[in-house]
Amino acid sequence: MATKEEYPLKKVLIICAKGNLEDVYAALVMANGAVMEGIETKLFFTFFGLDAITKKRMNCLHTATVGNPALRMPGGLPFPTLLGILPGVEAGVSAMMRKEMDKLDIPPVKEFLEMITAGGGEIYACKLAADMFKLKKEDFTEEVLDIITVGQFYEMAGGIGTQIIFV
Amino acid sequence: MAEKVIAGRTIQVNDEGYMTNPSEWTREIAAEMAKEEGITLTDKHYAVLEYIREKALAGETLTIRKIGSSGIVDLKEFYQLFPGGPLKLASKLAGIPKPTSCV
Repeated sequence: MATKEEYPLKKVLIICAKGNLEDVYAALVMANGAVMEGIETKLFFTFFGLDAITKKRMNCLHTATVGNPALRMPGGLPFPTLLGILPGVEAGVSAMMRKEMDKLDIPPVKEFLEMITAGGGEIYACKLAADMFKLKKEDFTEEVLDIITVGQFYEMAGGIGTQIIFV
Repeated sequence: MAEKVIAGRTIQVNDEGYMTNPSEWTREIAAEMAKEEGITLTDKHYAVLEYIREKALAGETLTIRKIGSSGIVDLKEFYQLFPGGPLKLASKLAGIPKPTSCV
């Protein structure tokens, strides 16, 4: 009978390609959680995900109030899409979500990145997307270690017990 | 659940080695458990352990963020004091249950 060998997770590389509040936080929570477990962690931001590490934008990420069927009003009624198009509604809903997260001790994006790097996690930006959005190293928060290519990213992904997660 | 003799006392632990009765905890037990993990406890370690015990026994959910803003250690130091999984390791050495928080 074949014996089943288990390899504990040693390293995770997490890619965040979206810039909305919920997807960025999914990536941040998973990255920070891995760091907390002593797993080697690298977090890579690309395309609209770059908003999460761009100084000007990182602390005012939004969640979509249009085209988001899971969005509910406080109390549980569906959130009407027509309400979501009004100016300021998306900002208001997003601010409320950030407030609710703060109650659970989930930090703002900047602080979350600090927590990840304090534990030895590494943050990278995608070169192609940075070029496309005309962003330079100085546009990014200082937790960003480097702007790297997809080739460099894969070079980091070697070794038994490595997983890549795409958000 | 199992019993474990450590630092001259018998304590209750679960199968992951976490103490199930926080009132059985002593500084000596923490020191012995730390030795098993390859750590020699300093005053700084004890300050963290006592902070964790105080919060946990008051019923608060511990997060790594809370420890970083405790004023005792910053997060970098916390990761250095308890290498690997600091919140889990520190909870174990502080004689409180395994942390259940995701942050």
